[in-house]
Amino acid sequence: MITNQIGKPANRVDGRAKVTGEAKYAAEFSAPDLTYGFVVSSAIAKGRIKSIDASQALQLDGVLQVFTHENRPGYIWGDKNYQDKDSPPGSPFRPLYDNEVQFSMQPIALVVADTFELARYAASLVKVEYVTQEFDTDFEANIGKAYVPEQYKSNPPPEPWGNPDEALASAAVKIETEYAHPSEHHNPMEMHASTVVWGDGGKMTIYDKVQGVQNSQQYIAKAFALPMEEVHVISPFVGGAFGSGLRPQYQLFLAVLAARELKRSVRVVLTRQQMFSFGHRPKTVQRFALGASTDGKLEAVMHDAFAETSKFEDYSENVVIWPGVLYHCDNVKVSHKLVALDVYTPLDMRAPGGATGIYALECAMDELAYKVGMDPLEFRLKNYSERDQNEDKPFSSKELRECYRQGAEKFGWNKRSKEPRSMREGHNLIGWGMAHGAWEATQKPAAAKAVLSADGKLTVSCATADIGTGTYTVMTQIAADTLGMPLEDVTFKLGDSSLPMSPLEGGSWTVSSVGSAVKAVCDKVGEKLLKLAQQMPGSPLASVTFKDIIFADGQIKLKNNPAQGVAVTDIINQGGFEGIEEDVSNEPDKGQSNYGRYAHSAVFVEVKVDEDLGTVKVTRVVSAIAGGRIMNPKTAKSQILGGVVWGIGMAMEEETVMDNNLGRFMNHDLDKYHVPVNADVHDIDVIFVEENDDIVNPIGAKGLGEIGIVSVAPAIANAVFHATGKRVRDLPITLDKAM
Amino acid sequence: MRSFNYTRAEDVGNAVSQVAADKGAKFIAGGTNLLDLMKIQVMRPSRLVDITRLALDTIEETDDGGLRLGALVTNSDTAYHEQVEKRYPLLSHAILAGATAQLRNMATDGGNLLQRTRCYYFYDTDTPCNKREPGTGCSAIQGYNRDLAILGTSEHCIATHPSDMAVALAALEATVRVTGPNGERTIPLSEFHRLPGNTPHIDSNLGDDEIITAIDLPAKGFADHYTYIKLRDRASYAFALVSVAAALDMEGDTIKEARIALGGVAHKPWRKPEAEALLNGRQATRENFRKVAEAYIEGAKGYGDNDFKIELAKRAIVRALEQALEMEEKS
Repeated sequence: MITNQIGKPANRVDGRAKVTGEAKYAAEFSAPDLTYGFVVSSAIAKGRIKSIDASQALQLDGVLQVFTHENRPGYIWGDKNYQDKDSPPGSPFRPLYDNEVQFSMQPIALVVADTFELARYAASLVKVEYVTQEFDTDFEANIGKAYVPEQYKSNPPPEPWGNPDEALASAAVKIETEYAHPSEHHNPMEMHASTVVWGDGGKMTIYDKVQGVQNSQQYIAKAFALPMEEVHVISPFVGGAFGSGLRPQYQLFLAVLAARELKRSVRVVLTRQQMFSFGHRPKTVQRFALGASTDGKLEAVMHDAFAETSKFEDYSENVVIWPGVLYHCDNVKVSHKLVALDVYTPLDMRAPGGATGIYALECAMDELAYKVGMDPLEFRLKNYSERDQNEDKPFSSKELRECYRQGAEKFGWNKRSKEPRSMREGHNLIGWGMAHGAWEATQKPAAAKAVLSADGKLTVSCATADIGTGTYTVMTQIAADTLGMPLEDVTFKLGDSSLPMSPLEGGSWTVSSVGSAVKAVCDKVGEKLLKLAQQMPGSPLASVTFKDIIFADGQIKLKNNPAQGVAVTDIINQGGFEGIEEDVSNEPDKGQSNYGRYAHSAVFVEVKVDEDLGTVKVTRVVSAIAGGRIMNPKTAKSQILGGVVWGIGMAMEEETVMDNNLGRFMNHDLDKYHVPVNADVHDIDVIFVEENDDIVNPIGAKGLGEIGIVSVAPAIANAVFHATGKRVRDLPITLDKAM
Repeated sequence: MRSFNYTRAEDVGNAVSQVAADKGAKFIAGGTNLLDLMKIQVMRPSRLVDITRLALDTIEETDDGGLRLGALVTNSDTAYHEQVEKRYPLLSHAILAGATAQLRNMATDGGNLLQRTRCYYFYDTDTPCNKREPGTGCSAIQGYNRDLAILGTSEHCIATHPSDMAVALAALEATVRVTGPNGERTIPLSEFHRLPGNTPHIDSNLGDDEIITAIDLPAKGFADHYTYIKLRDRASYAFALVSVAAALDMEGDTIKEARIALGGVAHKPWRKPEAEALLNGRQATRENFRKVAEAYIEGAKGYGDNDFKIELAKRAIVRALEQALEMEEKS
């Protein structure tokens, strides 16, 4: 393929709309006579609502209704009606189902009024009496009750291989260590919101903040027993999500319920505090027993994860697959157990399982490297894995060595002095640390539609999302590239449930899945164009097949003689052209499953730690990424920069703190829940190493949404050790732990 | 929203009579804290008296050679004022260590002193809090208290005062000028805020019917040897875990006078003049600084999550004094 759009640093096609405010988000769509819902949140963690008195609220002029479990309409309340495409096994939370309180800040009522301010005030007048029950929110106190779930959310942990117990017992060098990280909340800038527009005949148009419009559509259709075609969900722009929009959140259900009952348009926006009332990254504790030979060959790995879930769903993620992906070792045993607490079910958050599992693994391996007496990078090279040992498969591609090489060179790793506390500058101890990581390069089934109209403009569509990742831009580039068109002539549409089927926008699989469908559907348009070109009198393409041509510069050209060709405009203008419309439903090639498919990263970090005061500054980060084909270096770099900033937040700042007396997350706003600010972020270099992969998917891209974060927190933690000689084994590394 | 009256004050006398006539009235100037608290119903004033048009927005020299900061001068204008930068750089630095440029552009000097604690529980109306609802109990003492106080606490409250500016003002021994129904009076900055005791709902000694008109800085500004250190959980836009305003008056290697004030550790900017006096006439050495730090923090009590503040505060005092001292060597 001659590339004239893919690989170019195109500006975001939606950039202008975003900076001018033209781009509309879920809570910005309006309707005549719009009403406003405000959620009343439970003050207790567990118990029953004894009484709920909304009379004072209802007396206010302009308050339309207060919906509670007592007056909500009867629906079908089976678990299956509330499960969505990202539900873990269990019984999903059903808003306003009964008087039971299962977690703190559970939505227990919705006040609907003529204005937002009135609804918010009226909500404060709803008087609730509770019967409280004892609750379990203390992870450490309940770790003894950890269990193996009947069913894991995705795959169960890999089966052991080799003889880990024997190998560990006989290893010359061994360590046992434990790492922990806290619960974290996604906190996208845009709060979760749904605007339900009540149309003629009760047809609802729903604007929802979500990572999959068809997931919301299916959820609402099932929960309210409606035909799918009566539920139209739209979400053209999403102000960040990071996984929080993978499941429809409760404001959607409540807004639809209110709209149906009131036969009015309703908007419900969660408050920042309420953004802490649903899914979050689960707290984990991870224990390791590692053994190596004196020359640093890894001989045994045991990795046991204990992870938070709710009492009503068994949420799990791939925390313990990483030893089998990242290191060669002949004797490995892993496990993953759940600790059920009276909290809302955890939810996938940027690199779920990877950010957490790789953090702990990479810190533990750093400890082992020190115990062996090896440079951390040398240790990783020594134990480089050539196969995905979890499934005993070769990798479709793996340019991690090149990440090491280019990353280390850029960083100056060879100038590192090995001993901890050996580099200083005034009060500051300087530390250099590194880690490597991987993230799944998955392709999912996806469909797409392409319409080439008589004016020569191409419109391609799929019901996917752009959560700030650049989907609009990259899909436009793929379509334009496939048909040799300028970007200005191509429009990509997304975020509408009536568009062709899309997987959830997550898992770093959007470019590979939707991009492959876009390419396939544009190829079909190309085949039609070729046929039309061949019918033209004296066509130079008359006797060729699709394989013999390329699309470039607005022409169909002969591959082996690009001077010969037919302009697409000439095909369209020859008369009788009524446009071309094609659909595809694209499936991943079955051969993919014979390979381990991962993006890889190597991250090098410099920190400066004030010896007396414990303050840690991440002064330099070099992130080298092997992510397959880079579709757009500009949006790709933004993804990795964002991932690094997330990694800084994870390592140094982010923690949702549970008050176990109240059973409540207490730092539930952006004053107390810290994410990095500009002053926390210093030099970041991003390197993309060349990686060609014909197996991973038809376009060779691996997805970059998650690989950018996974190695950052451990590289920082390892750098803090190198600076101070102190292993901080629980995140975040705040100054009190480093001083 | 909860409805309230909104009126404008014509002059200081009118402002005072308006709040005196309505027990639920509050003044509003920058509104950077009050409006947030109203939205979440932690504060529920019946009336907002807008004082932004009062003629209290200038910085002027006083007869005794000091500087008078009008209560309505914004934090930004104060921090970047030529005389403040030159003569009271400690105050400039402290102000600029707080909040963000946007907030400092709105926030006023009078309002800065009156901002409320950022204790987690104070902001969550579904939790017990003696400061918000007297008699309900303190959730923080047994709960999450990383940010909270280690000095001057009571069994009823361990909240901290969040201001950076006030810490520098305490070190500089500023005076707060207030006007009430009975006329003007002055309150030394170190007596302006209260300890929680058994009345944690009362933050300061300002009467409900009094208004701050100005903050007076004495002539001595410690411009040669000062520092403001703010330690926090991120590099900007976070409240202090511990902050230290330090100022030294040196004669050769000997300390003539030392001033230290701490933020983030108590219900008010923390001063302990008898500990500072240990440095008077002494050599400026790390050993002497550490002795003062020990004396300064004596009696501190941790509540679990904030235990680390006790040692951190000591180290921060030593560092602040070192930095204040080292300025001379640089110049």
